[in-house]
Amino acid sequence: MVSTSAIKGADVVRWIKAYASTIAEQKDYLTQLDSAIGDADHGTNMNRGMTAAVEKLDGGSATDVGGVLKTVGMTLVSKVGGAGGPLYGTLFMQMGASAAGKAELSLEDWANAVDAGLKGVKARGKAEPGDKTMIDALTPAAEALAKAVAEVASLGDALSSAAAAAEDGMKATIPLVARKGRASYLGARSAGHQDPGATSSFLLMKTAEEVFADAQD
Amino acid sequence: MKKLINKPDDVVREALQGTAAAHPDLKVYFDPYYIVRADAPVQGKVGIVSGGGSGHEPMHGGFVGMGMLDAACPGEVFTSPTPDQMLEATKAVNGGAGVLHIVKNYTGDVMNFEMAADLGKAEGIEVEAVVIDDDVAVQDSLYTAGRRGVGATVLAEKITGAAAENKAPLADVAGLCKKVNDQARSMGMALTSCATPSAGKPTFELGDDEMEIGIGIHGEPGRERKKLAEASEIVEQMASVITDDLPFKQGDQVLAFVNGMGGTPLIELYIVYNELNKFLDGKGIKITRNLIGSYITSLEMAGCSITLLKLDDELTKLWDAPVRTPGLRWGV
Repeated sequence: MVSTSAIKGADVVRWIKAYASTIAEQKDYLTQLDSAIGDADHGTNMNRGMTAAVEKLDGGSATDVGGVLKTVGMTLVSKVGGAGGPLYGTLFMQMGASAAGKAELSLEDWANAVDAGLKGVKARGKAEPGDKTMIDALTPAAEALAKAVAEVASLGDALSSAAAAAEDGMKATIPLVARKGRASYLGARSAGHQDPGATSSFLLMKTAEEVFADAQD
Repeated sequence: MKKLINKPDDVVREALQGTAAAHPDLKVYFDPYYIVRADAPVQGKVGIVSGGGSGHEPMHGGFVGMGMLDAACPGEVFTSPTPDQMLEATKAVNGGAGVLHIVKNYTGDVMNFEMAADLGKAEGIEVEAVVIDDDVAVQDSLYTAGRRGVGATVLAEKITGAAAENKAPLADVAGLCKKVNDQARSMGMALTSCATPSAGKPTFELGDDEMEIGIGIHGEPGRERKKLAEASEIVEQMASVITDDLPFKQGDQVLAFVNGMGGTPLIELYIVYNELNKFLDGKGIKITRNLIGSYITSLEMAGCSITLLKLDDELTKLWDAPVRTPGLRWGV
């Protein structure tokens, strides 16, 4: 079925707020995943950044989707620190650049934005799929969205398949040996643990599915 | 784990407030966080900026002052600082001769400093960055983030700081920083874990009779976990990996840096130094300068790291030059 629905600026703001709530709820879980193979700060850092991003959005306009995403990216860069700050900051800033000047996003616009964000993260972190990073959740999500565009799927179905693909990608990080970030110092000992960055990226795609579902007609 | 703090969220800010109150030679900014020497920018001098997660004190804030860093950017505990801090610090110390960023090789630190260097250059400031990666515990390969920056950072900050004080140009100061990194190797070990204030519990588990050889300064695991041994055996294991790596050779003159991780008393560090001196003597390597104490720490972790830097006349002279910071002070 061809969908005529679109994601508006106000929907994106709701998505960011919902993601901030999810991160706050999952803060200890993310930090626990990070303490197994990293430095035990991913949940704390993401929570600090998303809380600040929500504060920034509260005063601003939501008419330009690109502007909303860019504000989130800039806030994360300056508030998160660690590797998560530049990576999630770049993700949102590149999504924002892709969506610049748009009042609403079609499925194709959304797929392009996610793909632009993913490319930015890869360039900043110099990671590839299979390195046990957030790329492992975002890559299958971006691919699922591209496939949905090609198949002229509905927005809801596309978002569901992206979230499911991100979840599979996240789970697939468990047996992987990390090749980037602090987890890589563990070598083979990093296998058997789910990557915290892939987990927070899955949550981002999952929240998009939940929030944008009712953006449809 | 017990901590002498008020609230976990206030640890970095309150420690910075204490720094500001204690050291009138420094200026501490809070929005965003950075520490600069009060007389910055020094006209015609290369500005040197470093930074990293908090929890490694006195590094880096304790090394701001005459003859060492011009500014330091503290992040949250064990979390890289952010580009906006680094940009403000870079602007504050730019005396027209450019700015050197000394970056420890951690994924977050490198990415944040890269973004800051781009921002600084966009404002017309000449910025060079040197990444320190001296930790031999990590196998340097395409399949890891590369070796971590540890003890050599302190030595690089001191030596480049002296060169900058002599008004050496940016390219030379950056070259010297690379030289220190190229000629230094380090290895750490832990007897106990550390606990970040926000987590409140130990970052890793280590049995009462165990130690972790090759530990990182955030409690990241190293090469192997084994039964606790005598200091002589531990030092021999650490030092032999270090000397084999460069390699250090018979006749070399070195600076030996025995560093406490935060929870190990000086009396034990001197035992380590004694063992290191004997080990190096047996290999015909001569310690001509030393530094013993807790300078790059990992909160309350017990353990130590050993850094050896191969010296020549240039490095020795710069090491001996006056320095006046909260953490290192001599010749003034």
